[in-house]
Amino acid sequence: MIFQDLSNGIALGATYALIAIGYTLVYGILRLINFAHSNIFTLGAYIAFVFVAMIGIHWAFAYAFAILLTAIVGRMTERIAYKPLRDAPRISVLISAIAVSYIIENILVMIFGGRPKSFPRPEIFDQVVTVGTVRIPSVNIIIILTAAVVLTVLIIVLYRTKQGRAMRAMAMDFDTSRLMGVNVNKTIGFTFVIGSGLAAIAGILVANKYPQVNPYMATMYGLKAFVAAVFGGIGSVPGAAIGGVLLGLLEILFVALLPDLSGYRDAIAFVILIVVLLYKPTGLMGVKGRVKV
Amino acid sequence: MKILSEQKQILNDKESLNKIIILLILVAIAVLAYVSENLIGDYPRRLVMLFAINVMLAIGLNIIFGFAGMFSLGHYGFMTIGAYVAVILSLSPEQRMSNFYVTKMVPWLENVQIDPFVGILIGGFVAAFFAILIGIPILKSLGDDYLGIATLGFAEIIRVVITNLADITNGPLGIKGLPKFINVYWVFGFAIVAVIFAIRLGKVSSGRALKAIRENEIAAEASGIGLLYHKVLALAIGSFFAGVGGALLGYWTATIDPKMFTQVQNFTFLTIIVTGGKGNITGTVIMSFIITIGMEVLRFVEEPMNIFGLQYSGIPGTRMLTFSVLLLIIILKFQRGIFKHEFSPRLFYTRPKFFNKIRWGNKK
Repeated sequence: MIFQDLSNGIALGATYALIAIGYTLVYGILRLINFAHSNIFTLGAYIAFVFVAMIGIHWAFAYAFAILLTAIVGRMTERIAYKPLRDAPRISVLISAIAVSYIIENILVMIFGGRPKSFPRPEIFDQVVTVGTVRIPSVNIIIILTAAVVLTVLIIVLYRTKQGRAMRAMAMDFDTSRLMGVNVNKTIGFTFVIGSGLAAIAGILVANKYPQVNPYMATMYGLKAFVAAVFGGIGSVPGAAIGGVLLGLLEILFVALLPDLSGYRDAIAFVILIVVLLYKPTGLMGVKGRVKV
Repeated sequence: MKILSEQKQILNDKESLNKIIILLILVAIAVLAYVSENLIGDYPRRLVMLFAINVMLAIGLNIIFGFAGMFSLGHYGFMTIGAYVAVILSLSPEQRMSNFYVTKMVPWLENVQIDPFVGILIGGFVAAFFAILIGIPILKSLGDDYLGIATLGFAEIIRVVITNLADITNGPLGIKGLPKFINVYWVFGFAIVAVIFAIRLGKVSSGRALKAIRENEIAAEASGIGLLYHKVLALAIGSFFAGVGGALLGYWTATIDPKMFTQVQNFTFLTIIVTGGKGNITGTVIMSFIITIGMEVLRFVEEPMNIFGLQYSGIPGTRMLTFSVLLLIIILKFQRGIFKHEFSPRLFYTRPKFFNKIRWGNKK
């Protein structure tokens, strides 16, 4: 039983981690809490749903298209809604992000209706792996493996490529990196492409896990993923990954060990958030920022 | 000397003219309140009340955000607290019977019944108390972004706790069938108190201190302004208004439940403040009116209609979509808010062509 809980916890945490990275990358560079990010996650799941259930192409192609399209949409939101506001007060950008978030959510409601739709999951996601007496759903294993591979690739991109170095430089000091010849618009665009792509992957994995999609599934997932990003230290990619996995594990273990209090499940993440903010505001891996006069 | 005294005379004249104009405005509001209470239908009356409640809630958030520059994403949590405290304290025995049939209410609350008005005020104070409780540790060590995140987390915790404490709050079922005792005079009274309070706050020293903190925290601290005290003060005042407004909204809908207040409300108020201009009371009032009425007017896009022979049967989601697209356009167009100046009685007797030259109120 404990192994199944652990696999559930890590799988949940891995999806939090994938979404949290998008929050953390954007916050690191633009200091913006991108409220539309959680809706990008839903959008990814819905595009995959359209390709698989309505058009009916092979799931692997469908998922690849969905990730690509979502990344493009994420890039477009930056172009339309955030870029014109780059010199505006940060709160205006936040309002803009909220507006984008509502636009995506309500377009989905208009097209697909507000009710959940069942997500046809491929054979391979729908099995149970038995090792001795331990039974683990294959979807959990796939989620964990996918997340691990994606994170490794992302770390390589961030630390071993020129574009990744530009992103890290901008997160460290926006103006100086601009002076040093970093192409600001291209780098921000790249950040949004990566963040939205990861959110789409998370969306598809989550849709496969519960097998359903609904336009409001992002609300709680997005908030908790954001908590994971703060938990791990906002602005830090490894921190977001570790924060996500820990948060997922804590949530599942809390329910497994204290079934009487399972009603408080959704509060766990936020209690952790407040405790972290009080005792270690920079999170697990965050760097302490200095206030400049 | 003679010239000086003449100028003084003119100033005095203008001052009494200002007083008369403000008095006239108050009379006009009173007439408006009387008309909406007695002469118009139920639906417009409810809209007028909603507008007044929204003014109050938006002003509460404007004191936190517009005056002090702090960023609260959890305003709705304080609204929920206010609504629940006010309603639970003033339930009548019959309402208790009809609501708490799944879970019994805890014994120590069973025989409490206080006047609803006092209940609403207590709701506000409890919300302010929680704001101080969460505000002090967070504001002591952290910046403003984190306050937003922390209050958001707090609001979500409140929701979960209320859903689970069924023997006090009736859990997810909520409390239904509240008496409809609030009327236009009530909500207008509260809204006017909130507006006057905010205007006064902008003129007294603690209000000026708040604006100094908003403009430059380090400079404010260097000038001897106590950061923590003033920030917590602003948060507490704003949350008090949130609690009272939440309670009024609860009575307005005649039912409360844990999902009644969500982030959507919070964003609506943020929108009102940002489009109305940071810390601008005039803008807050006007934008509250536009958004309250606008959200109602936009209902038509979801209604079935017939356009040039084409049958259109209303798609759910269109209203929010229209609202958010408009919001996006407004925020891209007016990045710093639509209203730049405060309302001033001088508006009535100054020639329009001097509009650009005079200073209206405290111009930033």
